[in-house]
Amino acid sequence: VFAEILRRLVATIPVMGVVAIAVFALLHVTPGDPAVIIAGDYATTEDIERIRARLGLDRPFHTQVGLWLSRIIRGDLGTSIFSGLPVSTLIGQRAATTIWLTLFAMLISVGVGVPLGVLAAWRKGSWLDRVVMVFAVSGFSMPTFWLGFILVYVFAITAGWLPVQGYQPMAGGLWRFLSHLILPAVTLSVVYMALIARMTRASMLGVLDEDYIRTAFAKGLAPRGVLVRHALKNASLPVVTIIGIGFALLIGGAVVTESVFALPGLGRLTVDAIVRRDYPVIQGVLLVVSGVYVLINLVVDVLYVVLDPRIRY
Amino acid sequence: MSQLSRRTFLAGASATAAATALAAPRAHAQKRGGTLRFVAQADLKILDPVWTTAYITRNHAYLVYDTLFGTDDKLQIRPQMVDKHGVSKDGMKYTFTLRDGLKWHDGQAVVAEDCVESLTRWMKKDRFGRLLAAHGPKVTAADRKTFTLELSERFGPVLEALGKPSSNVPFMMPARLAATSADDQVKEVVGSGPFKFAKDEWQPGNQVVYVRNADYVPRSEAPSGSAGGKRVHLDKVIWRWMPDHATAAAALAAGEVDWWEIPPLDFIPKIEQDPSLATFLPDPLGTQGWLRPNHLHPPFNNKKARQALVYMMNQEMYLQAAIGVSKYYRPCHSVFACNGPYASKAGAEALAKQNLERARLLVKESGYDGRPITVVHVTDIAMVSGAALVTRELLSSIGFKVDLKAMDWSTNLAVRAKKDPPDKGGWNILHTWWMAADVMHPAVHFGVSGAGPGAWFGWPDIPQLEKLITAFVRATDPGQRKQLAEEVQKVALDEVAYVPWGEYVLPTAHRKNVSGILKFIAPLFWNVSIA
Repeated sequence: VFAEILRRLVATIPVMGVVAIAVFALLHVTPGDPAVIIAGDYATTEDIERIRARLGLDRPFHTQVGLWLSRIIRGDLGTSIFSGLPVSTLIGQRAATTIWLTLFAMLISVGVGVPLGVLAAWRKGSWLDRVVMVFAVSGFSMPTFWLGFILVYVFAITAGWLPVQGYQPMAGGLWRFLSHLILPAVTLSVVYMALIARMTRASMLGVLDEDYIRTAFAKGLAPRGVLVRHALKNASLPVVTIIGIGFALLIGGAVVTESVFALPGLGRLTVDAIVRRDYPVIQGVLLVVSGVYVLINLVVDVLYVVLDPRIRY
Repeated sequence: MSQLSRRTFLAGASATAAATALAAPRAHAQKRGGTLRFVAQADLKILDPVWTTAYITRNHAYLVYDTLFGTDDKLQIRPQMVDKHGVSKDGMKYTFTLRDGLKWHDGQAVVAEDCVESLTRWMKKDRFGRLLAAHGPKVTAADRKTFTLELSERFGPVLEALGKPSSNVPFMMPARLAATSADDQVKEVVGSGPFKFAKDEWQPGNQVVYVRNADYVPRSEAPSGSAGGKRVHLDKVIWRWMPDHATAAAALAAGEVDWWEIPPLDFIPKIEQDPSLATFLPDPLGTQGWLRPNHLHPPFNNKKARQALVYMMNQEMYLQAAIGVSKYYRPCHSVFACNGPYASKAGAEALAKQNLERARLLVKESGYDGRPITVVHVTDIAMVSGAALVTRELLSSIGFKVDLKAMDWSTNLAVRAKKDPPDKGGWNILHTWWMAADVMHPAVHFGVSGAGPGAWFGWPDIPQLEKLITAFVRATDPGQRKQLAEEVQKVALDEVAYVPWGEYVLPTAHRKNVSGILKFIAPLFWNVSIA
């Protein structure tokens, strides 16, 4: 397994290289020009050209890619065109928020979605199953920003139990930290909770029809033990896959949640950078996030082996 | 901008101070200390107010930096860092002496050489500064506290230039920073203003933190605009950037922030219903909307086609679509701010009364060949989006074919800089807005520049305008300047450098425990206290 992990880690290098070049190319065919944004309202065409030259944007595409890749190899993600701060500093300022938000959202999604899916499968066709499916369909269809505002209105403005917006690091106190994460994490998790519940139900239904499950019930084992130890473990491969994909989707979905709750996360950093065409920041963040996606996929692949020893790569 | 009499200034600092103290409102009793949480109009990404014209950077700079002169709420220029100043009898040499006790945030004393470097850098970037620079001023330090500005050609509004309130404001920086090329950002934020920038707490896209500068020595006069005594009552100011308006509204209602700089107008009724909140008009001069034709390409390289734009104009229609709430807008048929000293109706008859018949006739006479007019439609800013939609309707009604090109603001910035023909990525008409302070008189107003390639996007080549603007800045008599400004307006509207579509004001909102907010074009944080 370790050799396999090492091999897969090495294989991520060319993947990241392709991602890096693709990101760079896509950005440079997108309309917009940071030089004109920097130059401002009073700039003449000559001013804009001078700024383009200073930023190196007038150089041929291959030269720009080459320079950027050579810096990446040295571990330098570059500097924001606008703020002048290193991209790594900007990512460092924002990473904790997005990591905590994603982890909490995933915890809630899995913690609620998996049991709901198991219960719905176990009681297939019952009112419980229907309630869970109605929840899953509506949760999946609900716009994140709408749910966020409803939760803010109910729990922050009307009840006054939780803050409306913002992020507080854990160093400022555990409750302050948690209270600022509860509403965003719940908002972000609902879609994935629904997705995981549906996937778990479907997967469990396939397993519950197996002979060994009938045998387990016939032996008189408690339903809880049968469901969790025998059925869920064997139904978990598709669920693990969807959780892996969910992590990637959560990072993407965090953009909206971070905007609604004014959280200083990577999602907003990316959107702000795109709006301004701050190329080094966009490239840096996308590269880091792509790296995280690749690692999550690796972790999912390793989990497959752990959950089902028959799997070989 | 004010009609400044040099004689007023020659009267000396003491007389000025006494007059200001009598005329300006008194500062009320304030609570000292506390942190004020402020939702800014935009995210502060650029820190150098000379490098960029962005209003958010200008607003930031008003906390951190100080100016030689300020503009009070009556639009009069008043000394700020300057203690005494005078001008030679021939009006060619100005002498400025700095106040005692001025210190940079790094602890060094402010000296004349710092101001010399700062002015030199500013004159390379700012439109008003460039006009001044074209009159060959030699700025030199006479001693540690005194510097002189010696003109090679007459330039009337020297003090207006040094005290101009909007971008680029001539903020003073230490010489070591001001020596940075005007094309590069300064690497440090070291000012001598009433607040210090907390660099370690700056998170672009989230927050900016300022702390009170304990070493700041305010003037003795009452505060008024960016002039007078900048007395700080707050310990700390935190700017937050909230991209979602609903979030900012909820945060203000819940007491998580204290002051929201520019709430969208549709949020105002709800804010006004909340007994803990108040609204306030900080800049009654407001903002002017523009329709700008591109003079380089057909059909608007033809004067008659451009004049059709003036005859089709119905400011009420634009303002309703763009702003919507009538108490926040007003038709204004002057190219200079309607509540400013150079407002005029000269040459604005066609602008004041829509005449679609005449507009249609002008389109025909222009020889318009039926090619589609590319109208830039910025979809992520409701105000200019509304204006573009009205333009499409009106252009269609007078016989133009219209191609509304939808894009976001950032793409618009790139597109508008293109001189290519519209069918090759260029444009025919765009819409934008400028604060009244930026359209106050010919020396700051970009819309009336006729400098061709050197003019603002749209590039009108109208040499007569440039001659009149030069005459304006060389005039020293206020009456003559007023007359020249009227001439500028007549030519600008006749040649249709641009078409103004009215003025509007934007209220600010704050919790009622915040007091002392001053009227000005930018949010100012001195004199403000929080209970």
